[in-house]
Amino acid sequence: MSALFESRDLVIPGDVLYEGRIRTGDNTYLRQGKVYASRIGLVEYGRGMVSVITLEAGYNPLVGDTVVGDVVDIELGRWNVDIDASVAAHLNVPDAIDAPFRPDIVMPDILDIGETVVAKVVDLDRWRTPILSILGRDLGKVEEGFTIRITPSKIPRLIGKQGSMVKMILKETGCDIVIGQNGRILINGEKREQEDIAVKVIGKIDREAHTTGLTNRIQEYIKRLKEEFD
Amino acid sequence: MSPRKKKKKWNRVDGRDFNELRPLKIESGVLPNADGSAYIEMGKNKIMVGVFGPREMHPKHLSRPNMAVLRCRYHMAPFSVDPRRSPAPSRRDNEISMVMRYALEPAVFLDRYPRSVIDVYAEILEADGGTRCASLNAASVALVDAGIPMRDLVVSCAAGKYDGQLVLDLGDHEDQEGEADVPLAYMPKLDMVTLLQMDGILSPKEFDGCISLALEGCQKIYETQREALKKKYEVEEEEKKD
Amino acid sequence: MSRFGIVPRIKLRKIQEAVSSGKRVDGRGLKDLREISIKTGVLDKAEGSAEVHLGDTWVMVGIKIGVGSPFEDTPDEGVLICNAEFVPLASPLFEPGPPRENSIELARVVDRGLRSAEVFDFSKLGLIPGGKVYMIFVDLYILNHGGNLIDASAIAAISALRNTMMPVYEVKDDKIVQTDKKKPLEVRKTPVAVTVVKIGDGLLVDPTADEEEVMDTRLTFTIDEDGNICAVQKSGSQGLTSDEIKAALELALEKASEINGKITGTE
Repeated sequence: MSALFESRDLVIPGDVLYEGRIRTGDNTYLRQGKVYASRIGLVEYGRGMVSVITLEAGYNPLVGDTVVGDVVDIELGRWNVDIDASVAAHLNVPDAIDAPFRPDIVMPDILDIGETVVAKVVDLDRWRTPILSILGRDLGKVEEGFTIRITPSKIPRLIGKQGSMVKMILKETGCDIVIGQNGRILINGEKREQEDIAVKVIGKIDREAHTTGLTNRIQEYIKRLKEEFD
Repeated sequence: MSPRKKKKKWNRVDGRDFNELRPLKIESGVLPNADGSAYIEMGKNKIMVGVFGPREMHPKHLSRPNMAVLRCRYHMAPFSVDPRRSPAPSRRDNEISMVMRYALEPAVFLDRYPRSVIDVYAEILEADGGTRCASLNAASVALVDAGIPMRDLVVSCAAGKYDGQLVLDLGDHEDQEGEADVPLAYMPKLDMVTLLQMDGILSPKEFDGCISLALEGCQKIYETQREALKKKYEVEEEEKKD
Repeated sequence: MSRFGIVPRIKLRKIQEAVSSGKRVDGRGLKDLREISIKTGVLDKAEGSAEVHLGDTWVMVGIKIGVGSPFEDTPDEGVLICNAEFVPLASPLFEPGPPRENSIELARVVDRGLRSAEVFDFSKLGLIPGGKVYMIFVDLYILNHGGNLIDASAIAAISALRNTMMPVYEVKDDKIVQTDKKKPLEVRKTPVAVTVVKIGDGLLVDPTADEEEVMDTRLTFTIDEDGNICAVQKSGSQGLTSDEIKAALELALEKASEINGKITGTE
């Protein structure tokens, strides 16, 4: 029964992480009594479990996630929304207008192709297609701002403990920021400079999310950027 | 030409030992638009691999309801060989695309992504023998770079027979003029062969010898793949000091 | 880059606003080029080669010299063939398959630039009159689509040609024989392509892929080192006023000498 690495070692798929009984966490798999890594990342041993904190991955939709996506197609009774998952998500009419579907509804008038929404993942159907809803507070069509993309696994770092990191960015830049768990960030500022600072800061967090001492470095970085703009 | 003796040193056309690999270099994450990518130089081979996905599959009727489809495309640039060749895919290109797919499928967790597709595009920019092996080595790294969950890496190498000797990692000349060529792909941690072909003629003992030799080569190449993947993260550690 | 080929409206609006303000999304002014890097001699099996990075756009060009049949109307002259491959690894929008109109257009625009600038003296590239002639193949390979593929490809093509060593063929007893000798391919001019796109009322150079997705229309000028226009190509579904065309040409002339300096400076 043994751990073959130490916590925070970099592992690649196929690396044997543990031999013996242990709970298997994210990005690992069990085969013939051994736990292997299935993605590249930093291995974590703790609380009776082994997992890999992945540095690279696409977006894996979970029920409850807030996401930002674009309408890419309209079918009968539903919109198809690109949320950077392996398949397009479905937004059915009743989850957009809080009323059942009627044939006389003109869907493009409610949401047209190319429009962006902030939505919640409310279900995954039996083929793992994400089902969305835009009913609810802070959800719905996006009228202003623009989006950027970061790696989804970096989102928790961008939010920070109890939102500390994103709150700091909101305060220092004065921008409105909506964070999608799918790695899409909606930014809206009054001035171009504020938006540019927010974009640069988020980019830096994306590159350095897995390193330590990030909060201080980000604070320093924001200070420097603001000085440059003055 | 004196007869083969185990003790006498026999050199290959490029001076290599019988079990020596050509110079090898792999870089991961080189294409900004691809979800994952890798560039490889193996001898004079120069190959770029880009991975896209998992993403929605079109046309829908080719998708599978309970798992992802893995699509491979092996394609050679017109300037990759002498004389120039047409950019249109040949029958050989199609066959190689297929065996590459079979070599990679066992390593990928396809059932995680129903109805989607994972595309692996290998572009041969310069060819010098063993391009399908080099492509697989890069494809493996590109798939990991894309964050696609895998059981293991896939490593690939060819062994063969040239001028009566069993040799590892045949260059173009040895491939053309030799007696046999055995490309092989392998999952090193799971100890499973996923690609095996042969062109030429060998005794069963020689064939066995080629497989051992190729597996040896794969172990060395695996270290280079690992280094390539790790290097990308070390670069990110450096960048944080800005 | 959108995987579904749909441009989000908020992206379109952001780019339009940025262009109107004079500061583009990536921080550039309307007249600013992205960083250009050029490397030649990158492929051993090609007689000439070049690799160009223009911002995120990455293009590789291989020059192959062979022997073949001339065109019927010019039996004593060498042949130039340009081909472009928009390989799928360069962009989620590129699908595998035979060349589509975009890659055909790019190859033809680069070809026209080289031909009209009279880069080659084709009469020096014949071998046996009415028989075989030298064939110059320019294969343009897009490795990453970050916008402005035509300009990047043109830079790569001329850089590769300027560094091409031709195999020397001799005629012996009516047969064409390849000798061991090589000589530099004679390249007389350095044409450069400059693409100007219109977004709203703004004219800008060196568009990114996003800017191309939202542009109204695009105008490419190929210009030689003497300031002559060798090729023009308008592409895209909106129109241009004659004032806009004049302004675009002025912009292109300015940028052409800048790019030319990069090509000739980095030898």
